[in-house]
Amino acid sequence: MSENIIEIKHLKKDFGNNTVLKDINFSISKGETISVIGSSGSGKSTMLRCVNLLETPTGGEILFHGQNIQTELDISKYRAKVGMVFQSFNLFDNLNALGNCMIGQTSVLGRDKKTAEKKAMEYLEKVGMTPYINAKPRQLSGGQKQRVAIARTLAMDPEVILFDEPTSALDPEMVGEVLSVMKRLSESGMTMIVVTHEMAFARDVSDRVIFMSDGLICEQGTPEEVFGSPKREETKSFLSRFLNQ
Amino acid sequence: MSIFSDIAIVWSKYGTQILSGIGNTVLISIAGTLIGLLIGLFNGVIRTVPTPKNPVSRAFLTVVNWIINAYVEVFRGTPMMVQAMIIYWGYAYMNGGSTLPLIPSGIAIVSINTGAYITEIVRGGIISIDRGQFEGAMSIGMSHFKTMIHIIIPQVMRNILPSVSNEFVVNIKDTSVLNVIGVTELYFYAASAAKNSYKLFASYLIACAIYFCLTFTVTRVLRLIEKKIEGKANYTVFGSQSDSVSEIHINEEETANV
Repeated sequence: MSENIIEIKHLKKDFGNNTVLKDINFSISKGETISVIGSSGSGKSTMLRCVNLLETPTGGEILFHGQNIQTELDISKYRAKVGMVFQSFNLFDNLNALGNCMIGQTSVLGRDKKTAEKKAMEYLEKVGMTPYINAKPRQLSGGQKQRVAIARTLAMDPEVILFDEPTSALDPEMVGEVLSVMKRLSESGMTMIVVTHEMAFARDVSDRVIFMSDGLICEQGTPEEVFGSPKREETKSFLSRFLNQ
Repeated sequence: MSIFSDIAIVWSKYGTQILSGIGNTVLISIAGTLIGLLIGLFNGVIRTVPTPKNPVSRAFLTVVNWIINAYVEVFRGTPMMVQAMIIYWGYAYMNGGSTLPLIPSGIAIVSINTGAYITEIVRGGIISIDRGQFEGAMSIGMSHFKTMIHIIIPQVMRNILPSVSNEFVVNIKDTSVLNVIGVTELYFYAASAAKNSYKLFASYLIACAIYFCLTFTVTRVLRLIEKKIEGKANYTVFGSQSDSVSEIHINEEETANV
C-alpha cells in the first residue's frame, strides 16, 4: 500500500460566506478503505462531492495519480474512473436495472452492447440483483436500488469508489444487505472512501478512520486507534453518543 | 329550409373539396408540431449547458442564450397570423416578388411558432427533473449532451407530452390562420364553399365538426402514446419461466465461458 491514488491538499470550500471545509489534507492508497465519520454538517459529504467535482473546491488541490483533477485532467474521463454511490441512489428512472448498469459503459467508455451487458450482468449478480434486471428503479426497494447503484458504479471499472452515506436512507434490514456488499468489495481490494454513520462498518471494515469536525480532520488513524483510544475530546464525545445508543 | 338541408346541399356540392383540405391541415400541424418539438428540445439542451470556464465559449454561450430568449419572446408575443404575413411577404419583398412555396412556408411558420412555446415547456420539463439524475449521470462521466440524450430528455419527454399534445391540438386549429397567405387547408376550402354557396352557417358548421373530429382523434391517440411511454406496471423476474429473454442470456453466458 504505497501508491497514492488520490491526494487532497489544503482543500477548502465556501458556500457564500459559510466555510464548510477549512483545510482538508489526506491521501488514499490503492486497496485502502477509508471511513469518514463525524456529525452532520461537519463537511463529510461536501468533501466527498469535491473529490468528484460535483462541488467546485474554493481552494487547495486534489491530485489523481499526481495530476490535478481541475487543471490537468479531463473531467469526464476522471469521473469515469472515480465511482460515486449516493445517499439517494440516483438511479436513472427511465432505464431498468440492467440499462442503468449499461448506459455508462456504452456511452462513456464506448463498449459495445454485448460486452456492456455481460459486464453489467456480472456485477448485478455480485450484488445479488440478477432476478430484478428488468425492473425500473421505482419498482425496487431502497436496498435493492442501492445495490443496483453499486453495480452501476462497478461496471465502469473504477479505481476508487466514493460512498456518500449509502445506507442513511434505508431501514435497518436493508442497511445490512448494502453493507455486506460493501464489505465484500472492500475485502476484494477495491479502493473506497466511505462517508457513513454506520460505526460498526467503520470499525470492522475500514483500514483507516477519519473523524471530521467543523470542516477539519479532527483525528485519523486505524479503527483500533480511533475507536479504542480516541485522543481528542470531540472524538470522544461523538463516539460516546454513538456507542451509547 | 332547415339547417340540415343546407348542410346536405353544401356537403354534396363542396364535401370532397372541404375534405381535401384536411390533408394539408393535418400535414402542416403534424410537421409543425414535430419540428417545433425538435426546436424546443434543442433550445432546452443549449439553455441548460453548464457555464464553461473558458471565457470565449462562455461569451459564445451567452450570445446563443440571448438569441434563444429573443426568439421565444418575439414569436410568443406576436400573433401567428401576422408572423405568417411578415415571413411570406417579407421573403417576396426581398426577393423581387418571388414567393415561397405555400405548404413549406406554412410548415415553417407553424414550426417556428410552436418551437417558441415548446422551448419554454422543455425548460419547465428539465427543471422538474430531480437534481440527482444529473449528478448520477455526471458521476459516471457523462458529458452534458450525453446526460441530456440518454437520461434527461427521455424523462422530460414523458413529463411534457401532455403539454405537447396541447400544442398539437392548438396547431390543428391555428393552421386556419394560414389561409391569409393562401394555404389551401380545411378552413380555406370551407370559406370558399361558404362564399360560393352563400350558405355560411352550414359551411362553417361542417368545418367545425371536422376540426373537432381531428382534435378529438389526436388527443385520444396521444393519450395512448402517453400510456405506452409510462411503461408496464409489472416486470418479469429474470430467469423465471415467463421471461422469454432469459434463455438467450443463459445461452450467451455458456458460450462465453467455453
